[in-house]
Amino acid sequence: MPALCRDCAHWHEGGVGRCVTCDSERLVAHAELAALAIAHIDCDAFYAAVEKRDNPSLKDKPVIVGHEGGRGVVLTACYVARKFGPRSAMPMYRALEMCPHAVVVRPDMAKYRSVSNEIRALFVQATPLVEPLSLDEAYLDLSPGVRRFNHPPALLLARLQRAVEDRVGVTVTVGLSYNKFLAKLGSGLQKPRGFTVIGRAEAKAFLAKLPVDAIHGVGAATARRMVEAGLTTIADLQVLPEDDLVARFGTFGRRLARLVQGEDSRSVSPHRETKSVSTESTFARDLSSYDALAAELTDLAQHLAQRLERAQLAGRTIVLKLKTGDFKNLTRQTRLAHPTRRADVIVDAARILLRREVGRRTYRLIGVGVTDIVPADEADPPDLFAN
Amino acid sequence: MKLTIERAALLRTLGHVQSVVERRNTIPILSNVLLRAEDGRLALSATDMDIEIVARTPVEGANSGATTAPAHTLYDIVRKLREGAQIELDSTHDKGQMVLRSGRSTFTLTCLPPEDYPLMSTGELAHAFTITGAELKRLIDRTRFAISTEETRYYLNGIYLHAARNNEVPMLRAVATDGHRLARMEIPLPEGASGMPGVIVPRKTVGEVRKLLDADGAAEQDIVISLSDTKIRFVMGDTVLNSKLIDGTFPDYDRVIPSGNDKILELESKPFAEAVDRVSTISRAVKLVIERGSVNLSATSPEHGTASEELEVRYNAAPLEVGFNARYLLDIAAQIEGEGARIALADAASPAVMQDAADSSAIYVLMPMRV
Repeated sequence: MPALCRDCAHWHEGGVGRCVTCDSERLVAHAELAALAIAHIDCDAFYAAVEKRDNPSLKDKPVIVGHEGGRGVVLTACYVARKFGPRSAMPMYRALEMCPHAVVVRPDMAKYRSVSNEIRALFVQATPLVEPLSLDEAYLDLSPGVRRFNHPPALLLARLQRAVEDRVGVTVTVGLSYNKFLAKLGSGLQKPRGFTVIGRAEAKAFLAKLPVDAIHGVGAATARRMVEAGLTTIADLQVLPEDDLVARFGTFGRRLARLVQGEDSRSVSPHRETKSVSTESTFARDLSSYDALAAELTDLAQHLAQRLERAQLAGRTIVLKLKTGDFKNLTRQTRLAHPTRRADVIVDAARILLRREVGRRTYRLIGVGVTDIVPADEADPPDLFAN
Repeated sequence: MKLTIERAALLRTLGHVQSVVERRNTIPILSNVLLRAEDGRLALSATDMDIEIVARTPVEGANSGATTAPAHTLYDIVRKLREGAQIELDSTHDKGQMVLRSGRSTFTLTCLPPEDYPLMSTGELAHAFTITGAELKRLIDRTRFAISTEETRYYLNGIYLHAARNNEVPMLRAVATDGHRLARMEIPLPEGASGMPGVIVPRKTVGEVRKLLDADGAAEQDIVISLSDTKIRFVMGDTVLNSKLIDGTFPDYDRVIPSGNDKILELESKPFAEAVDRVSTISRAVKLVIERGSVNLSATSPEHGTASEELEVRYNAAPLEVGFNARYLLDIAAQIEGEGARIALADAASPAVMQDAADSSAIYVLMPMRV
């Protein structure tokens, strides 16, 4: 069975206990190691890791990145902090109850974006097919004919993993398999600095043991329905015929039937088109008046316009999102005569939508976004009455 | 109410009012048309609370009274009845119902009480003047295409009707713009219109009035327009349309109509429009490369390829490249009835002025686009 040293990236054709060149014990051995080519790479506690890199005094401290106070949520908790319970998306007050001595750092998205770009630049040296999912994770397709070096994908990934650590100063975890679904599952298994390989031979058996909510697309609500129906593990789903899954879960059942068998035909596509750009904000206290809500839109639209500017995009449909005091989401949209990326145009349109909604309820969140995305140069045609 | 009426008369009268009724209504009675028989006439009224249309037609031997019936349903029934049919409408037996009989067909329609039907109060309409159907039609047609649909600029969602002076001659002007193009049409100011306030007539009202002008003989008819600064009324024969006006300030449009554009392009309107239409199959952004005696129209699209077409024109100024939205050029060209069109340009970024070479009553301003 081939094996790879994760420290020096030496490739061993036969199984060994320690690396023959560096004596490391950190070896990955797998029968299909040379053939698997789809990877998911996830940065370990990314925002917190960047903060620790830039401020070494934080190195051994529990660090939480997020907004302190009120309704702030945890964006990232470092591994030291996680020992005490804090997790991302947890309300900050709750995280601080669990870990009162945590150092809370305000997020610096511009910095994370720039670090993310550095990491992506390294990935692109290995293959042109890099599909970023967010600032801290990406899929890579390292199939023969695609990858830039004729080495086994696992070896390229071990080198990338080291390169990111050495040159960027943060650590990443790798999931390697034969499709995106399993690659992503793999990277979630062993963190930080993990390297998990899932081959065709064991995929089904590996999936069988996992709880149903390990499947991408099975959220809390679907998982609850599954558990209520006695379906707790993926094994329970594997024995159901596709028709049954479709009957229970609608069109998602068809995709589910394939996923539980370890099949996923989605390709790694670097040009994943931006379908929408949006931004939102949660209030310290619920708001209900039009004026208060409308005031929030000004900053959001400004922020949205900046993001559109940076991405050189514009949108023709303006979407207003509201979350009520009792956590119901509602969205309202309007299509403009021309695509826009101007904050004032976005605000005006969103306010008209807002005015129709306010009055009856209180809201805890407001968001604004654009869809019908087009390149920036198609936006905001010259106007006779501008200034 | 009980009466008998000929299908054609009912269909025509209903046709004048039913289109104002919205398809979906939160207030049920707004889906209905009010029918009132009185003094040998049947009056039909419909409203959406912003516009109210009342159309009247003579009926003989009517038993007076009123009811309200579902407008679109009634219109569909009458439309489907045979030509020349006599229709009996009877609401005398049950207040909640109107029975419609024609030949062997009988329909029973659910009605709502006429007392509940909302009537629009117009208040005093201090200014009144008369123009012909043909004049009103031209004021509307030459401008309505430029009305903005953007809710954010609600004050552009209609035609601005006002009195103005052109070289000291008093004019009645209609202006519409969406910020990218502007259309201005004028006729000599009718008696009674001097001193009228400038008003913005909403898009839907413009559409309803225009539909009424399609009726036989409407062009020759005199139309009485009366208005205040919040309401307007059009009286066209047996039909009266009352409408609210847009409560807003129309922008100072005069300042965006360039007067110093000295690069004059003269061309044949129809061949130009056809060429623009052909080239715009590739992309709606059409580039004009204008040189002495010729203009080259072109369009480029990364997906669809390219198009180019050459036209002979009269042009003696410095060569110029400018881009326009083909849709906008075509909208304007469609309003130019004469053979020749004249486009006055300044540069690639400034508004152009387009006119019918033989008719100066309408003027169109068009913002170039980046190409």
